[in-house]
Amino acid sequence: MTLRTRILVLISALVVLAGVATASVLHASARADRKNQTQPGGPRITAGTVALATGSGSHMIFRNMAWGPHRDELTTVPASNPSGPRTASKVKCLRFYAAAGTGVCLQSVHGPVQDTYRAVILDTRLRETARYDVPGIPSRARVSPSGRYAAWTAFVGGDSYAGTNFSTRAALVDTRTGQLTPSLEAFRVVKDGRTYHAADVNFWGVTFAADDRTFYATLATKGTTYLVRGDLRARTLTTLHSNVECPSLSPDGTRVAYKKRVPGLSKDAPWHLYVLDLRTMRETPLAEPRSVDDQVVWRDDRTIVYALPGDYGADLYTVPSDGTGKPRRISTAAVSPAYVN
Amino acid sequence: MLALGAVSLITDVSSEMVTAVLPLYLVTGLGLSPLGFGLLDGIYNGFSALVRLIGGHLADRGGGRHKWVAGFGYALSAACKPLLLLAHTLTPIGLILAADRTGKGLRTAPRDALISLSSTPETRGRAFGVHRAMDTAGALFGPLVAFLILRATVDGYDAVFTVSFCVAVVGVLVLVLFVPNSVNGARTKPDPDGARTKSGPDDARTKSAPDGTRTKSAPDGARSPATGTAPQAISGDTAPRPTLRAALALLARPDLRRVTLCALLLGLATVSDSFVYLLLQRRLGVPDRWFALLPLGTAAAFLLLAVPLGRLADRVGRWRVFLAGHGALLLAYALLLTSWHGTALPYAVLLLHGCFYAATDGVLMAVASESVPEELRSSGLALVQTGQALARFVCSLGFGAAWTAWGDRTALTASTVALALCALFALTLRRPAPSAPSEGLA
Repeated sequence: MTLRTRILVLISALVVLAGVATASVLHASARADRKNQTQPGGPRITAGTVALATGSGSHMIFRNMAWGPHRDELTTVPASNPSGPRTASKVKCLRFYAAAGTGVCLQSVHGPVQDTYRAVILDTRLRETARYDVPGIPSRARVSPSGRYAAWTAFVGGDSYAGTNFSTRAALVDTRTGQLTPSLEAFRVVKDGRTYHAADVNFWGVTFAADDRTFYATLATKGTTYLVRGDLRARTLTTLHSNVECPSLSPDGTRVAYKKRVPGLSKDAPWHLYVLDLRTMRETPLAEPRSVDDQVVWRDDRTIVYALPGDYGADLYTVPSDGTGKPRRISTAAVSPAYVN
Repeated sequence: MLALGAVSLITDVSSEMVTAVLPLYLVTGLGLSPLGFGLLDGIYNGFSALVRLIGGHLADRGGGRHKWVAGFGYALSAACKPLLLLAHTLTPIGLILAADRTGKGLRTAPRDALISLSSTPETRGRAFGVHRAMDTAGALFGPLVAFLILRATVDGYDAVFTVSFCVAVVGVLVLVLFVPNSVNGARTKPDPDGARTKSGPDDARTKSAPDGTRTKSAPDGARSPATGTAPQAISGDTAPRPTLRAALALLARPDLRRVTLCALLLGLATVSDSFVYLLLQRRLGVPDRWFALLPLGTAAAFLLLAVPLGRLADRVGRWRVFLAGHGALLLAYALLLTSWHGTALPYAVLLLHGCFYAATDGVLMAVASESVPEELRSSGLALVQTGQALARFVCSLGFGAAWTAWGDRTALTASTVALALCALFALTLRRPAPSAPSEGLA
């Protein structure tokens, strides 16, 4: 081949490839436009005022995932009619939780080079009171029942070539003093009665008790996950039970609902929901047969609410906490629910 | 040479595009939990070392098929990109990434062999420097392109993968169309290695004229027949046939053994990048927001210094620059250990870290090239690379354990001492070398 032919071959290939590349980008950005169009048959959403304490009965606040102008905004519905018309707030969150008038909203910030993430503390009227950097893709968010403490988890990715080393980072903040614990790794881990050290320790899925001192979380090390009980004053974490991920403490503080890795399931969806009685340490499988990858929410002492993948990202389901009954879908295109009064 | 640099640049744009968005894609795009994904990493590191050796060996067989083995590696990685569009669960994604890295493992040694074979010994440091600079430029540019695409779209991961594929195909095309085949490339040089071994260490210095006028003046016709009298680079051995045994027998050569041993020892004391960034963050309290930018600092310094340091290596001696690079790393460790917390510290550490790469990465290949006959160039380079990679892997395991047991500071102090000792050892090891007839490096 002469140089001329080779250059011609390269140029024609460049034209074709540039065409394919451009088409794929255009196709994906057209999808962006579609997603901003309200879907027919989707939930009715109107802009309005959303507050963390309505005084008008129990409400569910969540991230609305239905396509249209209010996609990804915090929206609210009456707890008694979760599939009814939604009121949208203009506040966009990837993950959200709220309790006693304090909200935590994990957001992405579009930067010039890449997206960064932050955790924003919201007051009763969803106004920002504080913000913190989040070091990776946000995954779990919680607020203590008193509204004083907030916690979140992020995936921190590797940066080497085709880096596949991921770790999680769980952060805690005292919203009253603003004091941030960027990683639970700062706490002392007590495993089998002894202080435990390992470089591969990961934490995720914090859930708070009502005393503003106790919390629970997942600790992973050497391929095993553990339920740990944390002490905010002593700054310790004590292992309680193995094979527990994303614990969620019941309102009465006696049980933990969590996802358990069950042998025999696919590697991508290996979890079933269980409830652990903290006094007897007895596990009860819940009636949801599908694999759930979520930190569940207790609607009350008898009812669990959680998200499963749906047509528009995720749908919300409910199931009794005692292992009886059947799962029931309560809302489509919704994720990260929190119940407020 | 520039064509090969362009191939690397283009390919790195393509692969870093995917790397940059992969965590985001797994978590937000697919809703998968990427934890435990890293478990395969350790196993794969070992496999990848093996693949590298195989790539090197295959490239040497049949009289030098460097270009085609490298091309296969590039093509394999390119083919993985559209497959990512089809995979939606962890297992196939893990397999695709493994295939992608197999491609990278296969192509690395033949590519470096091509660089060394298509440059004269006097300008080899510069040639590798240019290549590494272009490679790094691609790595810096890739994430930028990926995030621009994500910005222009919503959930445009498919677009990122498609564009990445198109870019990778361009890389393969440039390789196929514009990189001269190694057989011609290798034999067109008028046996410079052989000539040089006799002239001794001063030769490098007399050839300080920039832009390697030698390369141009080399008469194309003056070549040795394929049976090869050219490869008498190292003393008077009989020309080795590129068999697997011959590849292993390379280690019997005192010169290459020394280079490999030094690379191995120094690798054992080279703390992996992610630990350096973690230490930097811990020492200085670098905000999480900036954490992801730390590798960019190293890459930028690497990019800027690769060519100047490569040229310096050609002038003052490659081995000297290679060791000085480890001196820069030693200095970076020392800075991390001091109690100085000035604002300039992260910049200084990252600059030294980038300097370390610029002075060692390509330069080591240039050093090793001189100790390996042309027939076994890929195998020889693969051997050195593999030794170094395995040593670094062992080091990161050991460093992790030391960190756990004694804390980060003690672990780093231990590595600093180890690095200093290894560097000293490497110095003494080379000291008596110039008297040896095969010595022509520094």
